[in-house]
Amino acid sequence: MNGQAVGKSVPRKETWEKVTGRAKYVDDASNLGLLHAKIAISPHAHAIIKSIDLSEAWKLPGVRAIITGQYYPVLTGSPLEDRPPIAIDKVRYYGEPIALVVAEQEHIAEMAALSIKVEYDPLPVVNSPTEAYQKNAPIIHEHLAMYKRTEEAIPEAGTNVANRTKIRKGNMEEGWKRSDHTIEVHVTIPQSDHAAMELRSSRAEIVPDGKVIIHSTSQSPYVIRRAISSFLHIPLHQVIVHTPLVGGSFGGKSAIQMEFLAVLASRAVGGRAVNIVNSRELDMISSPVHIGLDARVKLGCTQEGKIEAADILFLYDGGAYSDRGAIMSRAGATDCTGPYRIDNVHCDSLCMYTNHPYSTSFRGFGHPEMTLAIERAMDILAKKVQMDPLAFRILNAIQPGDTSPTQTQLNRSNLGDLSMCITKLKTLIRWDEPSKAEIHGYLIRAKGVCCFWKNSNTPTNAGAGAIVMYNADGSVTLLCGAVEIGQGTRTALTQMLAERLRMDEQMVQISTDVNTESDPQHWKTVASRSTFLVGNAVLRAADDAIKQLKEIASIVLGYPPTELDVGGGRIYFIHRPDIGIEIIKIANGYMYPNGNTIGGQVIGRGNYSMQHLTQLDPETGKGTPGPDWTVGAQAVEVEINTREYTYRIVKAASVIDAGKVINPEFARGQITGAMSMGLSFASREAFQFDPNGKILNPQLRTYKLIRYGGQPEYLVEFVETPNLEAPYGLRGLGEHGLIGMPAALANSLTNAIGVELNQLPLTPEMIWGMVHDSV
Amino acid sequence: MIPFNFEYYKPSSIPEAVELFRQLYAQGKNPMYYSGGTEIITWARMNAIRPGAVIDLKSISECNIIQYQYNHLVIGSCVPLSMLTAVNLFPLLSETAQGVADQTARNKITFGGNICGRIYYREAVLPLLLSNSRMLIAGLKGMREVSIHHVFVQQMRLESGEFIVQMITDREYLALPYVHVKKRQIGNVGYPLVTLAALKKDHQIRTAYSGVCAFPFRSIEMEQVLNDPMLSIEAKVDQAIDKLPAPVLTNTEASAAYRKFVLKHTLIETLSLLEGK
Amino acid sequence: MPSYNISQYSIGLQVNGEWRTIQVRTADTLLYVLRESLGLTGSKNGCDNGDCGTCTILVNGVPIKSCIMLTVEANGQHITTIEGLTHSPIMQAFVQQQAFQCGYCTPGFIVNCHGLLNAHPDANEETIGIWLESNICRCTSYEEIHKAVMSVFTSNNAAKPTSQGS
Repeated sequence: MNGQAVGKSVPRKETWEKVTGRAKYVDDASNLGLLHAKIAISPHAHAIIKSIDLSEAWKLPGVRAIITGQYYPVLTGSPLEDRPPIAIDKVRYYGEPIALVVAEQEHIAEMAALSIKVEYDPLPVVNSPTEAYQKNAPIIHEHLAMYKRTEEAIPEAGTNVANRTKIRKGNMEEGWKRSDHTIEVHVTIPQSDHAAMELRSSRAEIVPDGKVIIHSTSQSPYVIRRAISSFLHIPLHQVIVHTPLVGGSFGGKSAIQMEFLAVLASRAVGGRAVNIVNSRELDMISSPVHIGLDARVKLGCTQEGKIEAADILFLYDGGAYSDRGAIMSRAGATDCTGPYRIDNVHCDSLCMYTNHPYSTSFRGFGHPEMTLAIERAMDILAKKVQMDPLAFRILNAIQPGDTSPTQTQLNRSNLGDLSMCITKLKTLIRWDEPSKAEIHGYLIRAKGVCCFWKNSNTPTNAGAGAIVMYNADGSVTLLCGAVEIGQGTRTALTQMLAERLRMDEQMVQISTDVNTESDPQHWKTVASRSTFLVGNAVLRAADDAIKQLKEIASIVLGYPPTELDVGGGRIYFIHRPDIGIEIIKIANGYMYPNGNTIGGQVIGRGNYSMQHLTQLDPETGKGTPGPDWTVGAQAVEVEINTREYTYRIVKAASVIDAGKVINPEFARGQITGAMSMGLSFASREAFQFDPNGKILNPQLRTYKLIRYGGQPEYLVEFVETPNLEAPYGLRGLGEHGLIGMPAALANSLTNAIGVELNQLPLTPEMIWGMVHDSV
Repeated sequence: MIPFNFEYYKPSSIPEAVELFRQLYAQGKNPMYYSGGTEIITWARMNAIRPGAVIDLKSISECNIIQYQYNHLVIGSCVPLSMLTAVNLFPLLSETAQGVADQTARNKITFGGNICGRIYYREAVLPLLLSNSRMLIAGLKGMREVSIHHVFVQQMRLESGEFIVQMITDREYLALPYVHVKKRQIGNVGYPLVTLAALKKDHQIRTAYSGVCAFPFRSIEMEQVLNDPMLSIEAKVDQAIDKLPAPVLTNTEASAAYRKFVLKHTLIETLSLLEGK
Repeated sequence: MPSYNISQYSIGLQVNGEWRTIQVRTADTLLYVLRESLGLTGSKNGCDNGDCGTCTILVNGVPIKSCIMLTVEANGQHITTIEGLTHSPIMQAFVQQQAFQCGYCTPGFIVNCHGLLNAHPDANEETIGIWLESNICRCTSYEEIHKAVMSVFTSNNAAKPTSQGS
């Protein structure tokens, strides 16, 4: 019997395209007839634009258009419309687009962009979220009160606060009264970059009937359609978006940025097709980046180690424009305590405007940052009550019956099993052995642990559709809007479909690209939600197709549909499986021997939307921010040279409640890949700003990433506690391997050297500095 | 993407190259000699240099040799760094070359190109400074062979129109006890916080540095202290650091204070390794 | 000596076994021309600065980052891109281990590994490490890539007779 596709490590559908270089990404299309656009950027982080001189740029041959912010002064952004695609009147970050050049040749466009002369009046620079929070801080958005917004963001006019989410749970006074021990920790994480290997790139064309055709490397083709339609004031159906394979994105390609520029460029040259590709430097500083955080956490616990109170302030570095930073600050609030039962919580989580590049979604969506703060606090408090850090976490681990910071009632299905994850981790990393040991001389090995949880903070109406079409040969084609960004979702969806249709997964076809004109809508390929949303839609579409198959088979076989079942390429009578008909004979209608035909192509349709989610109460944060949590426990073991503070990451471990593992190889790859990114980010990645807000390391030569050989031994195990609302019980996995890595690394290094390391990146120099400061 | 145009020439002899330079210079084309070209491309794409013409030296046979001539090792300026390591005739140079950039880049970056670079580090020069190598230089006035110490002072001091043809090292230096240590911010690829190359000749330690200051150097003053038999290792190192020729570098890789800390440990490590050799 | 006192000129080079004559701008990198003029888009632009390795090709068998090589430098040379590697055991190993996610860095990794396999069929782990540090993969943890590469070199090393017996 076929139909054991779920739980199997099948290869990616696009495997051979990828290993032979035939896979097509957006910038791999032919450039014949294309015009090229290049961005001129601001060399100041905060300044008034006094004048722009385009005369030199216009002198170059083949320049077709040069536009500035005045060309189309419309603000963009979600949930807050605060950003002009090209700066108007003033610039708010180093690298902000100030003009766009369109030319016949790419190098001419580039030279023209470099030839634009702008006169600026520099303004005082806000160089951190803590600076932005000061009463007398320079105001970055003077017209904050006037910005259009959705309910999701709560900005505070006259300040640099783009959003404030409040959590008020229990009684703080009571909580502190019950606390015998309290600790306070201040954690800082600078902004960094997604650094997907594929640079952001977009191509737009406005055809004579007004239709806008966009090809873009994006996680959000359907949001591009919506955003461009409202930006240009044209009907939604007039915007068509194509997204082929995406060369990595990690949240960074969920924001709409290059698309606005491509569309404006095309508009400026009468609708001709214009291509725009970032250089690596622009991709790092001009396009949106990975959010930073300044956090203050105060925790209190009893003599026995039970946590009674948490007072938390998160100041996220949203940069010059709020984008998803506003929602990330909310996400940080909803899970602000980490996966621990704390009955008395006071949390303010803010998205601060600064004169840094603007932040957008990054893998983990605000969680890796806030988890570092909470988990540093957990280790410090455990030490204070003289408890083993894992035992302390087990004692306080959140359980069914508890409530979340947003006062959501927790149960096995929506929460999963953290205690089981911790228990398994304990064995996996041999926690019973000493957590710190001298190897020889200056070398010390030490372990650090942490836990995490993450809810998805999706819009309450996020949804997806799916279409399942039977082909004449009995194979099936799946249409859906989930973007293949490397995570393997499109292949995993075919596995889920094959399982439901009880057929060979290789007989399920899926294209590599998404086309908003022909594929059913999917909210966005973000938040590790695609297998959940699209997966549910796919299962419903499969059920619809099965129903149609049974109806035709019922007529042919003479048994009621309810007594028929599907499997092995056949529809058969439940009680006599030998009686049945091959699907191939009915998938495109059944033809009787005399030529009469009944039915037609079997096309199943399905859709799914988030259920029972609610907005948060603006005063208390009470509400339901997402359907479920993914919980997990992680550890890192380091070997550090205590003389020079250089270190090697020896092991990294994750035990995660996956609900159900659909494809074990993909699942492990997602977890280890995310862990690697987390370790890279925690150990070395950070934008370095000068006092004027200029970024000093906008290249992969000076902005370092983990390379081959830097990988530790990875230990990954899964717990499977089904989420009853999800297809096959699965939970999101794509981001979660990353979330605890900074915390586990910081805890292991702190354990090793005995100095609290509360700041990223944990370079040897940073550790040296902390040790130096502490003596 | 390089946003401007330039002319490209590939002479096959030294006189041709020099003559081309003369002509192009006279035409106001701001010509540049081009070897591996990686740095020229890097700067040009940032529009930080604007050569009107480049003269590719890679077809000049003298610039491509790597061989012994009498008692000398002669290496052409266009030999890629990875080749220096692969043939391994001068182990200190092999290791130093292998510390630059990454393997694939080293297939393109050349010995001469690295030394003539504008980027601070120019690590391949360190073994030459230690071995008192000589350079064969071609120019409008013909060829000259000079001590490296005369033409490399913080950076190459070439006359307009000159280029390095070869580096010449006495054979006696090739097998001397040596140490090469490169310390980076983190990871195995990247610019140095400290690169220290050291040789021991006639019981005397010679050291040269990259990454410490804004230029690579060998310091006789530092060597005097490091070889002072009356001093402890700690004292040698402390006093040597006091004699650095310029302020310690602060940049995105590290602060001066941390560089100093790393330098100190690197020196202690180096002296211990060379002790008794 | 040919005189090319123009910023455009014609060159001949062998690409994946076929001789091609093309007109190029001297300032264009080989990466740009492979992609834009020859349609060989398997080589990717990840940084255009020699830092990431996504554009790695073989020039006369040697891995080179095609973004830091001018096309004119390739005049008369033999170029191999990912499109020219048809039966590389490295490719097979990448398939077997699913040693990629988004696939963008994959051609560069495979070409570099292939170059290594030809140059040093018995490369040890250290040499493999030194060569592969030239490429960045942002999706995987390198664990799968390591397994894939080691599977090829280990079977290579096992296949050849060793002097020490077993």
